[in-house]
Amino acid sequence: MPKYSFQLNGRPVTVDSWDPGQPLLYLLRNALGEHGPKFGCGLSQCGACTVLMDGKATRSCVTPIRQAAGKTVTTIEGLGTPEHPDAVQTAFIAEQAAQCGYCTNGMIMTATALLAQTPQPTADQVKQGLAGNLCRCGTHTRILRAVLRAAKA
Amino acid sequence: MPSQTCFSRRHLLKAGAVLVVNFAWDGRRAVAQDAAPGKPLDASEVDSFLAIHADGTVTVYTGKVDIGTGLRIAVRQMAAEELGIPVERISLVEGDTGLTPDQGGTGGSTGLTRGGTEVRQAAATARRALGGNVNGENFGKLMGGKPLSLKVDPKAPLRNPASYKIVGQPLPRPDVPAKCTGRNQYLQDFTLSGMLHGRIIRPSAIGGKLISVDESSIRGIPDVQIVRIESFLGVVSPDEWAAVRAARELKATWSEWQGLPGNHELEQWVRRAPLDKDQALVTKGDTAAAMRGSAKQLSATYSWPFQSHASLGPSCSIADYRPDGLTVWTSSQSTHGLRGSFAKMFNLDAAKVRVIYMDGAGSYGGNGNDDAAADAVLLSKAIGKPVRVQWMRQDEHGWDPKGPAQLLDLKAGLDGQGKIAAWETSMWLPTSVPGNRPFLGIDSAGISQAHGQGGGQISQNGDPPYETPHVSVVVHWTKESPLRISNLRAPGKIANVFAVESFTDELAAAAVMDPVAFRLRGLKDPQAIAVLQRATQMMDWKPRPSPSPKPGTGRGVAYMRYKQAENYVAMAMEVEADRVTGKIAVRRVTCAHDCGLVVNPDALRNQIEGCIVQTISRTLHEEVKFDGSRVTSTDWVSYPILRFPEVPVIEVALLDHPELPLMGAGEAATAPVAAALGNAIFDATGVRLRSVPFTAERLKTAG
Repeated sequence: MPKYSFQLNGRPVTVDSWDPGQPLLYLLRNALGEHGPKFGCGLSQCGACTVLMDGKATRSCVTPIRQAAGKTVTTIEGLGTPEHPDAVQTAFIAEQAAQCGYCTNGMIMTATALLAQTPQPTADQVKQGLAGNLCRCGTHTRILRAVLRAAKA
Repeated sequence: MPSQTCFSRRHLLKAGAVLVVNFAWDGRRAVAQDAAPGKPLDASEVDSFLAIHADGTVTVYTGKVDIGTGLRIAVRQMAAEELGIPVERISLVEGDTGLTPDQGGTGGSTGLTRGGTEVRQAAATARRALGGNVNGENFGKLMGGKPLSLKVDPKAPLRNPASYKIVGQPLPRPDVPAKCTGRNQYLQDFTLSGMLHGRIIRPSAIGGKLISVDESSIRGIPDVQIVRIESFLGVVSPDEWAAVRAARELKATWSEWQGLPGNHELEQWVRRAPLDKDQALVTKGDTAAAMRGSAKQLSATYSWPFQSHASLGPSCSIADYRPDGLTVWTSSQSTHGLRGSFAKMFNLDAAKVRVIYMDGAGSYGGNGNDDAAADAVLLSKAIGKPVRVQWMRQDEHGWDPKGPAQLLDLKAGLDGQGKIAAWETSMWLPTSVPGNRPFLGIDSAGISQAHGQGGGQISQNGDPPYETPHVSVVVHWTKESPLRISNLRAPGKIANVFAVESFTDELAAAAVMDPVAFRLRGLKDPQAIAVLQRATQMMDWKPRPSPSPKPGTGRGVAYMRYKQAENYVAMAMEVEADRVTGKIAVRRVTCAHDCGLVVNPDALRNQIEGCIVQTISRTLHEEVKFDGSRVTSTDWVSYPILRFPEVPVIEVALLDHPELPLMGAGEAATAPVAAALGNAIFDATGVRLRSVPFTAERLKTAG
C-alpha cells in the first residue's frame, strides 16, 4: 500500500492509504488519532475540518493525502493543551467562545492563520477572515471577541 | 478565572464506584448487562441522583444532557449550593440509561427546570438526613461511601436564595477548555475494538423502494460488505474512507415516488389538507360581534417554512448488538426514550438495552441522531460486530426530521381609540400522534414500529400578550405533514410569535402609534413592562409611529412571554434595508430577558446570544426546499445559514429574580427575533414581510 510521510505537530509521521485521493481528515482522525479536526460536510463548505498545512488554513476534508506528503501539518492538538493552551485557545476559553464546540476547531485554526498574516486585525477583518467558517449554535459574537482578544494578548 | 476540574468520563465513573458496587468502566467494553448493578435509577430515590464518597466528593446523576448549553456546570452549581460543598467536588454523569434516572428528554427548556430542580431536591433531602450541619470539611465523613437509602422528599427545605453563594455565579463551563484544544471526546471520536464504519444509502425519493443493487459497482474498494434488509441499504468496512466511497459509488435502483407537494405549493397544500380536528385554544368574549363593532379591521396571513436542525456535524451513533444485550452510544437528547423505542422495535427486554449519551454537534431538538442510532443498530445486528454510523452532509440536510411549516391567518379590530377590540388567530399545524416518530432505517427494513407524529408544543403563543377583551385562537390540526417532523428549538413558538408580534406592529401602525407605547398600553404585569422598557431603553428608542420618516434604516421591537407562562423577553433591533437591492443587514440587537432565578449568568448569556443569532439565520436565510420526491436543499449552499459578516452587535440585559423559581432559557429568546426583525424592516422600508425567509427577492417584490 502506498505510504505518505509528513510532519504532524512537530513529529514525522507516515501513513498507508489504499487510495491516494483519501482526504487527509480521515487519516488524521483514524490512523493518527488526532480528533481535533472534525467532519462537518466533506465539501469544503463549513470549516470544521480545518488544519494548518505549511502554515495555511486548509480544509482537510477535501485535501487528498498525496497533497499532504512532504508538508508540515498542524492540528489544534499541536497548538496547546487544556492545561497549557496557546494564546488563541486561551482567548477562546476566557470568552467561553463555544457551545457544542463542534465548529471550534475550525474557528481556532482559521483564526490562528489569520493572526499570523494580520496580527492586529479590525473587527471587520476578523469577520471577513471567518466568513467561510459556519457555526450553528450562534456563538459568533464570542468567537469575534476571542480573536480580537488573542490579537491583543 | 476560577480553577477547573475536568473529569474524564472514566475518572468520574471510577469515582462513582463506591456506591456503584463492582462497576468498572471501560468505555471500550461497556455493554448493557454491565450497567451498574445495584445503582438505583428510580427518580424517587436520592441515591438515583447522588453518590456521596468518603473523600467528600459527590457524583451527580442526571437523565438530562448538556448539548452545549451549560447544563453541565449549572446542575453542579445547584447541587453544590444545596449540599454546601464546592462545585469542584461534584462530577456529573449525564443521560446514560444504565446510570441515570429518567428525567424526560432534554427538550422544552426543561434541562434545569426539571433536571436541575430534581437533583436539587435530592440534595436537599440528603442534607437534611445528614443533620443539616454539613460543610466542606465533615461532608465525606458524615456520609461518605454509604448509600443514603432515602426517598426524595418533595418538602425537604431548600436553602434560602438570599444566602446563595454558588448559584448565580458566572462559573466557566468545564467542557470549554477541552473543546478549545481538540481534547473533548465527542461521540464522533469514540471507537470500540473490532468496530466497523457504516454508511447508509438512502432512496432517491422519500417513499422509494429498493429494486436492485449492483455489487460490481464497488468492486475496486477494499474490505466492504453490503448490508441489505428489504429497502434498508448500508455498507460497512473497517476503513472509514472505504465505507464513504462505497456508499457514494454503489449503484442502486429505487422505485419512483411522488408524494410531496413541493415547497412552492406548500400553502395551497396546507389549506386543502385533510384535518384531524379543529381545536379552540382560546375563546374569550365574542370576537365576531366585537369585530363587527370595531372602528377599523385588519387581516393578514403569515407563514413559516420547513426548517432543518442543520447540525454542523452530521448525526452519528455506535451500536453494539450482542445476543445478551444492546448498547448504543448516541448524542440523542432522549436516551431514555430511545431505549424504550429500541426495546420494542428489536423485541428486547428493556433491561438489556443501554443507551449512553456522548457529546455531539449541537442538535437543537430531534435532529438525525435517533435515526442514525437505529441505522447503527440494524447494521450491528446484521454483521455481529460493533458499528459506527456517521451520516454524510446530504443525509443530515436531506433526512433529519424537520421543524414543521406553519401557516397563520390573523384578524383584528381596533376601537375608536386605537385599542385592540378583538383578535382572531387561525393556525394550521400538523397534528400529534402518540409514539415515536418512525425511524428511517426501521421503516426501510420492514420492521414494525410506532408511526407517531409531533413537533413539540407548537400551538403555544398564538394569542396576543396584550389585554384584549375578545380573543379567539383556533388550530386546524392537519392529519399529515409533507415532510417528517420533530421538535426544533422553541417548537412552533418562533413562527407564532412572528405572526402575533408582526401583526401587533401592523395594528400599531394602523393606529398611528409608537409600537412600544401601543404595547405598553396593553400590559399590566410588571415583569412584562420591565423587559419591554429595558430593551427599548438600551436601543435609545424615541417614540414615533412606523414607518420611519428616513427610509433605509429602521428599528423594530417585539415582546413575548414564553409559553404564555414562563420567561419574559423583549427585543429591539436596528436594521438597514434597501427596497431596490433587497439587501437586509441587522446592525444591532438589544434584549432584556427575565427567566426568574439565574443559575449561571454567563452560560445564560451564551444561550441568549445563540438564540438571537441562530434565529436571525432562520429568519433571513433558511427554508427546506423540496420537489415532488425529495428534499433538494442538501448542503450549506442550497441551505445557507448566517455567516460572520452578517453578525450584529448584541447587548443582553438579564433581569435576575433570585426570589422566583428558575425557568429554562435555552429557547425563549428565539421567539421574538423574527418579529423584531420584520418590524424593523417595515420601519425602514414601509414593506411588511409576512413570509420567512426574508430573502432579497421577497423584499424587492413585496407589495
